Amino acid sequence: MTARLTSIEEEADLRARLERTWASPRGLRGVLTAVDHKIIGRRYVVTGMVFFFLAGVLALLMRAQLARPESGLIGPDRYNQIFSMHGTTMMFLFAVPIMEAVAVYLVPLMCGARNISFPRLNAYGYWVYLFGGAMIWIAFLMNVGPETGWFSYVPLAGPEFSPGKRTDFWAQMITFTEVAALVVAVQLVAMILKQRAPGMTLSRMPLFLWAMLVTSFMVIFAMPAVMLASSFLISDRLIGTQFYNPAEGGDPLLWQHLFWFFGHPEVYIIFLPALGMVSHIVTTFSRRTILAYPAMVLALLANGFLAFGLWVHHMFATGLPRLGNSFYTSASIMIAIPSGLQIFAWIATIWDGKPRFRTPLLFVIGFIIIFVLGGLTGVMLAAVPLDLQVHDTYFVVAHFHYVLIGGAVFPLFGAIYFWFPKATGRLLSERLGAWNFWTFFVGFNVTFFPMHLLGLIGMPRRIYTYKAGLGWDLWNLIASLGSVLIAVSMVVFVVNLVISLRRGQVAGDNPWEASGLEWATSSPPPSYNFLYTPVVTGREPLWEGEGVLPVMGGVGVDQRQALCTTIVEAEPDVRQPSAGPTLWPLLAAVATTGLFIGSIFHEWALVWGAIPLAATLVGWFWPPGPTRRQAARAALAEEGT
Amino acid sequence: MKRGSRTASLLPKPECDLTIDAPSIFFPRAPFPTRGDFVRQIITATIVAACLTAAACDRETRAVRAPTTANGVSGPVSPTSLRAGGGLALPPVDPRAPLYDGNAYQISEGQRYYEWFNCSGCHAHGGGDVGPALMDDEWRYGGAITQIRASIAEGRPNGMPSFSDKIPDEQLWQIAAYVRSMGGEADKLAASSRDDHMRATPPNNQAKPGPEHGDATAARLGAAR
Amino acid sequence: MIRRSLVACGPWLLVWLLAGCAGAQSALDPAGDQAARTESLWTLMLWICGVMYLLVLLFLAASIWRARRRLAGPPLSQGQASPAERPLLRALTGWVGLTVAGLLVLTVGSFVVDRQLAQAEAGQALRVKVTANQWWWKVEYEDPVANRRFITANELHLPVDRPARIELEAGDVIHSFWVPNLGGKQDLIPGRTNHLTLTPRRMGLFRGQCAEFCGLQHANMALDVTVESPSAFTAWSEHQRQPARAPSDPRLARGRDVFVGAACASCHAVGGQTAMGQVGPDLTHLASRRSLAAGARPYSRGALAGWLADPQSLKPGNHMPYVATNPDELNALVDYLDSLK
Repeated sequence: MTARLTSIEEEADLRARLERTWASPRGLRGVLTAVDHKIIGRRYVVTGMVFFFLAGVLALLMRAQLARPESGLIGPDRYNQIFSMHGTTMMFLFAVPIMEAVAVYLVPLMCGARNISFPRLNAYGYWVYLFGGAMIWIAFLMNVGPETGWFSYVPLAGPEFSPGKRTDFWAQMITFTEVAALVVAVQLVAMILKQRAPGMTLSRMPLFLWAMLVTSFMVIFAMPAVMLASSFLISDRLIGTQFYNPAEGGDPLLWQHLFWFFGHPEVYIIFLPALGMVSHIVTTFSRRTILAYPAMVLALLANGFLAFGLWVHHMFATGLPRLGNSFYTSASIMIAIPSGLQIFAWIATIWDGKPRFRTPLLFVIGFIIIFVLGGLTGVMLAAVPLDLQVHDTYFVVAHFHYVLIGGAVFPLFGAIYFWFPKATGRLLSERLGAWNFWTFFVGFNVTFFPMHLLGLIGMPRRIYTYKAGLGWDLWNLIASLGSVLIAVSMVVFVVNLVISLRRGQVAGDNPWEASGLEWATSSPPPSYNFLYTPVVTGREPLWEGEGVLPVMGGVGVDQRQALCTTIVEAEPDVRQPSAGPTLWPLLAAVATTGLFIGSIFHEWALVWGAIPLAATLVGWFWPPGPTRRQAARAALAEEGT
Repeated sequence: MKRGSRTASLLPKPECDLTIDAPSIFFPRAPFPTRGDFVRQIITATIVAACLTAAACDRETRAVRAPTTANGVSGPVSPTSLRAGGGLALPPVDPRAPLYDGNAYQISEGQRYYEWFNCSGCHAHGGGDVGPALMDDEWRYGGAITQIRASIAEGRPNGMPSFSDKIPDEQLWQIAAYVRSMGGEADKLAASSRDDHMRATPPNNQAKPGPEHGDATAARLGAAR
Repeated sequence: MIRRSLVACGPWLLVWLLAGCAGAQSALDPAGDQAARTESLWTLMLWICGVMYLLVLLFLAASIWRARRRLAGPPLSQGQASPAERPLLRALTGWVGLTVAGLLVLTVGSFVVDRQLAQAEAGQALRVKVTANQWWWKVEYEDPVANRRFITANELHLPVDRPARIELEAGDVIHSFWVPNLGGKQDLIPGRTNHLTLTPRRMGLFRGQCAEFCGLQHANMALDVTVESPSAFTAWSEHQRQPARAPSDPRLARGRDVFVGAACASCHAVGGQTAMGQVGPDLTHLASRRSLAAGARPYSRGALAGWLADPQSLKPGNHMPYVATNPDELNALVDYLDSLK
């Protein structure tokens, strides 16, 4: 029998003490004050999926309208709002937040830590995201929703051509979601660089952590551009500045440059975490470490850097100089190389492994089939002459749905099937999972493949109706029928979730025999994640050393402590306190919401709204009182023991 | 720091396999949401959504066709009895007025037709040229929307032509709504800040409002101008 | 399992290929130099990308097929090397090389076609200026001689085999000029003048459409393009230069009086008459056009009457006001406008 750190009785006592230290309060108080990353991560995922389904309903409405030519189902004003809300919700309220949500849940577990690096900031970020999303949807229901598309070009979105407050709500929603994204990005960078398990050197880091690290840096560099753009827009609309007014020295193209400088990295911000998820699923279900790990890491880094050099490919038709356009053609084509490398590596891993085709792997295979086609149409779009024909047509709609749904949503569903047992302790049904996958795969292709042809035969984007007899009728009808199949797939998914939560097969700690640190604890993990701090000796920790995972103690048990390690070699460095449950993040988020919403209506709200925000921040950062250990010591001294 | 190794089962076993540490965000009674909880939540959400839709913002409606009066006829307003320097008649009441006054879309259309029907030829962009300024708070013939509309339709002494033949009825209302917004009289949230032309005036939605009705002003001015 | 889905994709491809790619608004049916060059680039892209895609699918299918005879065993971790590791890494390098080569071919192809498009602007080009407004096209034919210039709306006539250099400006928001059969699109951006050169090679009737979301009626902002022989084009141009046909009988004269007396003349111009409004489409030869309201309806007297009776029914949200007339006035007006051939 190998040595144990503690005896079985001592272990039970240790668990009880850790539980006491790390448990979140129950009931309403728990909901409002929790800083446990698992609780916040779960909420975040559920909220993101709710927005996904809401935006999906809008998509069904659009397809219903476009199923027949000159259909009178939805008028132009409502249709414009619907497609704007669909794009806005999918991009700002679902795609980026859900990836961050999954990261918020998984990254601390993968790092072998007890909680995320800035727990209160985490809670604040979630509340800001929730309030921002709620704001724009309430606005939509009250006829003040956006109507100029998810990227809102000026002058159409400017004060003259977009009357009222609709575009202002949209622009301010961007501020909310971008604060939330920055909050998560900052935490992930700190966590991944400084709080990994001892022994998890950079070359042993799981690919999901690499993906989230690169994504977080991208968020930090890209988000300020859109914040600037939307702030200029609100300023033009509220107080009459001239940023986008050509008659007074402004320029509509300024909006496009600022927006797309963010907008192109944005799609890679959505895509890169999915690549990380795919790597984990392929590794687990092929029972083989990923082929060419260093190349995979470099591919992620290359994607992250190159993504910032492509944005002008959204502006090829605006009359910019030809030489400049050519540069962006080359850059846009070049970014296909890292992705191509990764696709080969994953397929090769499956080839050389011992694959088991469970639902997560099915979704990965669907991802490969769909995303590669989308990537190739992207290469086509990178060529200026071809782009000038199909820009702003349904060809582009087909392309970005192939890369976004294929490249992000399919891996996301795979990830949900993969990590659901860890989060809830139950496995999702394999049979319903297969039905989910196949209806989604077939429905998706039936819906979006014909759109390639529609774009080539002349159908522009964002039209609420079209004339009969142009040759578009049949393909639109087919696409609309496909969308019904996608809806069926989502119903199957929700049914699977609901049934499995209550009656699913109980998952053990590691039902998939995976290799990551998150599988080294129970399902669902206890509030303190791990009993001891795991020590990592290889890239697949649970597959090394014949199933024996080295651990180490030393991190505080009776007060919340986090272990920091060095950046490259991950040697233990310092221990520092970790924040406990508190109401201040919620109050600060409410104050932030007041500030942002107020400034839609009056510029002085920026000043007056800063006061409550400052007050809540003062409360938040007020130095803590005596620690529990000091309190406990004081209590012990009192009792005379 | 102590280092050591353990046997395979280092996985800490909580008391119950199926607990989640804090309740899910929807306050279920059971540890997991039941089907009844979901149904209840969906019904609540639907009711809330319906209420919000019913409370839709009138300021933001885009009515592309002219609304008709209560008796179903869309027609001209009877001429005002207001005279410069004359009595203190109240502005006529017209049920169509609130549909235009303070509606963002109608004000924006009014701004467009203000240019198209060449109001700026005499009034510039509100500052006045041959014609009086429209962005101040002095209204010789009344500053209520019905009064402004009547002024445009009927014409006024000293050079304001009658536009009832030239400008369709709906556009008269829209231009009147815009003129009110120029003076800061309209709902600030409905007026836009600027248009996409050259501009030397403060934004429309920053203008300070003046007295609500022009009767007192007209009486005060008399034949001063 | 997966192979079944791959086979299922086949019929789609076939249907797609066999289906009508031709059309009056199709990029796959080029009728001009620019569109033809782009279509050849598209064919190159389709082949190379298609081959790459097929290779990926084959590799994927093979790896899934191979899985059928795999044995159970311990998972392969970092330290252990599989016998296939080195060959696979070599294959990976080869794949990256192949990808780079393929992408290089596509990049060079793109540059070559781009240069060809840039060099298409020849000397004796016809000069046209298009100004886009919400939701109609103002088309001005330029000429060195001032009184040979003319203005029309929502239609473009081009002589075959002669390049047309089109200057693009916007009157309000960003629009996009796109005639797929003839060439790619260019945006019309307020504060900027863009250019587009089209060289039609085949006579026929084509359709263009605005391709940048521009508001409520973006869907109904089409352009009728007619490519005709040089003599037919000259005849059409000469006809366009003529002022509007004067009313020949009292009914038409009454219609003209309604037009000038009511709100119509404030926005619309009819050449040679007192109506000189600049903010709406020019109506001098309205009745000779193929469609009404930027492609909203094919032109006919009935469509025109319906449009005048309620502009919002055809294009809800468009900026043409409803001008109240009694039925007799309306009929006279429609007769008059219908006479403007």
